[in-house]
Amino acid sequence: MTIFAVVCAGIFPLFHVGRVWFAWFLTPFHTYQWVWPNFRSPLEWDVFAVSTYGTVSVLFWYMGMIPDLAAIRDRTHGVHAARMKLINSKFGKAWERGWYTFRKYFYGTLSMGWRGSHRHWNNYEMAYLLLAGLSTPLVLSVHTVVSFDFAASNLPGWHTTIFPPYFVAGAIFSGFGMVLTLMLPLRAIFGLHDLITQSHIDCMTKICLATGTMVGYAYGMEFFIAWYGANPYEGFTFVNRAFGQYAWAYWIMISCNVITPQFFWFKAVRQNLWFVWILSCFINVGMWFERFVITVTSLANDFLPANWDYYSPTLVDIFTFFGTFGLFSVLFLLFIRFLPLMAFAEIKAVSPQADVHGHEHESHITPPTE
Amino acid sequence: MSKPYGILALFNTAQEIYHAAESVRDAGYKRWDCITPFPIHGMNEAMGLKRSLVGAFTLVGGLTGFTTGMTIAWFAGEFNYPLIVQGKPFFSFVFPFPVAYELTILLSAFGTLIGMFLTNRLPRHHHPVMDYSNFHRLTDDKFAVVIETDDPLYDEAKTKRFLEELHPAEVVVLENKEEVKA
Repeated sequence: MTIFAVVCAGIFPLFHVGRVWFAWFLTPFHTYQWVWPNFRSPLEWDVFAVSTYGTVSVLFWYMGMIPDLAAIRDRTHGVHAARMKLINSKFGKAWERGWYTFRKYFYGTLSMGWRGSHRHWNNYEMAYLLLAGLSTPLVLSVHTVVSFDFAASNLPGWHTTIFPPYFVAGAIFSGFGMVLTLMLPLRAIFGLHDLITQSHIDCMTKICLATGTMVGYAYGMEFFIAWYGANPYEGFTFVNRAFGQYAWAYWIMISCNVITPQFFWFKAVRQNLWFVWILSCFINVGMWFERFVITVTSLANDFLPANWDYYSPTLVDIFTFFGTFGLFSVLFLLFIRFLPLMAFAEIKAVSPQADVHGHEHESHITPPTE
Repeated sequence: MSKPYGILALFNTAQEIYHAAESVRDAGYKRWDCITPFPIHGMNEAMGLKRSLVGAFTLVGGLTGFTTGMTIAWFAGEFNYPLIVQGKPFFSFVFPFPVAYELTILLSAFGTLIGMFLTNRLPRHHHPVMDYSNFHRLTDDKFAVVIETDDPLYDEAKTKRFLEELHPAEVVVLENKEEVKA
């Protein structure tokens, strides 16, 4: 992975968490009547997993921005002076003065008095490394614990040991799909072609290919175990999933998640950004249907045929779903308006000019980063 | 007139400040700093800095988190209100592991961030370096070495000459405005 993809991928999950968090925060948390929450239940583990994931993502994201916020803080005055020269109207000047005051205090407060001292950078880089190291097992654990919510129940189709790795692969797959969907338009709008290069996009599509194929393997393995396990309920669930009343959803999931990423084997596809963007949208759709298939098909046809029914979303369900789009978009647009889109300091640190060991005469050689 | 904060030398490139830092280190100065817009690789050695202490805060945070997680589960399930659920034991080291694990990471992360702020003595409202007229370039694309007046080797004329020999873009004496006010 290249550093820019890490920067993007490090910033974007915050908003993904914002959305997923929304849904999982409704987990019951019984602290009334002196009864403690049940620590033997995966639902309780999930409360800890998701809240930790959200909090640590915010910390990591914020700490990564401190030096960049300081850089913006130090530019605020010059930008204000330049703008005041261009503005003629009285109202315009008053408006700009108001904005200036806001920017001064907003970036001044958030940058925490950062002044770029190298004694600070020494501690900062160590802290950044540690937070990155802490976040990696956290990503694995949060999806594992979410999958426990399903896997620890007795419902056929949920009660499988493959769930933790399968969810982790699915999460990385859909995360990269989502980042591609958002990043490609941003790159075009803001002209970030020199910062997010073709090789970064290549790497991201290859990760989609790898994790998408893993997800495909997990789908196959579920079916194999359902047959091999010789449990009639489990077997029925899976046959019902693929050929029952929700077959349409199942085959959308399979075609979007397993077949779509296979196009990324071809270099011509990876270099055609329109194609990459459309495929990344298919990945998002496919991963949405994966959650739909897992949740709904198992619940719609459980042990008692008298309980069987066909689930279709109500108006409230649909509005809630679109509401999450709105929430995400608002946060995301506010972010690109007010906060650094790319990590300035990290980009400067890998520029050829930052290489102190001198390759002035061989500037075509990429600077060593280690 | 109060004592100035120190002398600042401005450099245009990362290479220049790297070599300047090596010279200042070799000259034996102790209370000095480099102001750079991004972390320069190899600068820790050039400045003679020791390994950061942030890791200790992370470790303390992590151990606290793990202990807290296990203690909560034990206190709630075994000690304060034992409740039979699904015939499972009141306490074991196995089932609260996800909780303890998550709290380990949570408090390690807080420890790391707090450790970064404590070791850097941040946040702070102001610093004499920020009074420098070109300070806004130091978070952008310029680099500076600052030698403080508190350094035992500091001598206004000698230190100034020493810094000028490093071929900086400019050398400036930084006033200590906070001290003036007091």
